[in-house]
Amino acid sequence: MKDKNTLTRFLLEQIQTIAPDSDTDNLDPDEDMRDELDLDSMDFLRLLESISKQLSVNIPEVDYNKITTLNNMVNYIQAIAR
Amino acid sequence: MKTITMPSFGADMEQGKVAEWNIKPGDTVHRGDIIATIETMKGLIDMEVFDDGIVEQLLVQAGSEVPVGEPIATLRLLGEVAVETPQIKTTPVEKSEKPSTPLYANNEADYTTPVSTPPSETTAAISTQPHLETAQQAISLISPAARYQAEQQGFDWRTLPMGTGPNGAIVLADIQRYFQAEKSDLNATTPVKKHTHIEHDENEQKMRQAIAAVVSQSKREIPHYYLNQDISLTHALQWLQHYNETQPPESRLLINALIYCAIAKALQKFPTFNGFFQNNRFQPAEQVHLGNAINLRQGGLMVAAIHNAATLTPVTMMEKLKDQVIRAREGHLTMSEMQDATVTISNLGDRGSDAILGVIFPPQVALIGVGRVREVAWVENHIIKPVTIVSMSLAADHRVTDGHDGARLLSKINKLLQKPEQLT
Repeated sequence: MKDKNTLTRFLLEQIQTIAPDSDTDNLDPDEDMRDELDLDSMDFLRLLESISKQLSVNIPEVDYNKITTLNNMVNYIQAIAR
Repeated sequence: MKTITMPSFGADMEQGKVAEWNIKPGDTVHRGDIIATIETMKGLIDMEVFDDGIVEQLLVQAGSEVPVGEPIATLRLLGEVAVETPQIKTTPVEKSEKPSTPLYANNEADYTTPVSTPPSETTAAISTQPHLETAQQAISLISPAARYQAEQQGFDWRTLPMGTGPNGAIVLADIQRYFQAEKSDLNATTPVKKHTHIEHDENEQKMRQAIAAVVSQSKREIPHYYLNQDISLTHALQWLQHYNETQPPESRLLINALIYCAIAKALQKFPTFNGFFQNNRFQPAEQVHLGNAINLRQGGLMVAAIHNAATLTPVTMMEKLKDQVIRAREGHLTMSEMQDATVTISNLGDRGSDAILGVIFPPQVALIGVGRVREVAWVENHIIKPVTIVSMSLAADHRVTDGHDGARLLSKINKLLQKPEQLT
């Protein structure tokens, strides 16, 4: 699986596509990303959709609370992709 | 013959720009086809046609600003024989006093290639409509050389004033002079980037003013009353969790899909909240076209209709919502979505405030506010327990309904959300 940096870059790119005006450059990777970037539930679901389609990683709904920050999400994806 | 006019996408719109034509004279169009893209302060909107027919004439160039209600094209309805084109007093292009409208292809400005010109195929189409040809010749004469030159450059010579030839005919020299003037005009304009930046700021300001006008009118004319009800989402969320467990992310549902279904189905049972108050009387709408107030990330908001919402299931509702959000961001909402809402939902999203009391969008008579989905201490059968709820509000027009009716509507929405399996 991809290394942390590549994965982080990939996620930020996906967020940019979904919410083009979100300020991903200044995102604190340990803050709640939905709050920081003002992503609504639809944006978040679309992010999970692209992760599922492009990385073949299916994140179940019960795990949403484990992926609230960018760092958590990267770690989570790495862990289950391994 | 049918005249197509610049549509209005809400009481707050005064004019729009034909950003692009998807049709040319001679094209056959069918009800529902996207014939043009209209640029408004709310972004780009796809304009549909509501009849089957053949395009006779495009009356304005791509890039023209046109007031709402002005003719922009004419359509010969299917089954209708070609008729004489009515005299158009002045063409909108002349009226708009914007001679800098780019009229030829391949210019370096940020305009899309105009397609409203009569290229060779169009000429062929026109010649099958002899009456139309005659009518146009009566308006302006042009020498074959001048016409050839104009068509080569791809612009509509009919928009030119009278020429210097016999009987005011346009001759080659007129065309060439026109292009010279055009070029110097273009060179004089400010750099493109700066221009669009200013335009963006202006748009933002215009949208603010438009929202101000609508909400002021609403608060001035509509005697609002407000109700609020907390609704437990325990059953709805259980149903949702169970459904989503087996679904990949692209097929999962959001709680909003259930909430919107419940609202639409309840409104169908309470028609006095779904319709328009105009000319001192209320006219209920036959279908529930749910206006979804979408917050634009760059500021401002727009309302897009979810058609026939009461007939949708949570799955089809979710598809509509997703599709609409994506298109709203890309600027591809359609004209009917902008015009048809019979009632509005204002949803603060799951991270907003607890509740919202909205302002009715005239001439509608009700607005339903959906607050943040949140966990509270809830008392049921004398026991306090944590429950996830949503606060749903109703702002309604007191000229049409009373609080008692409103309370029954909210209660119906509550009941429907307690039996989510029945929404499917």
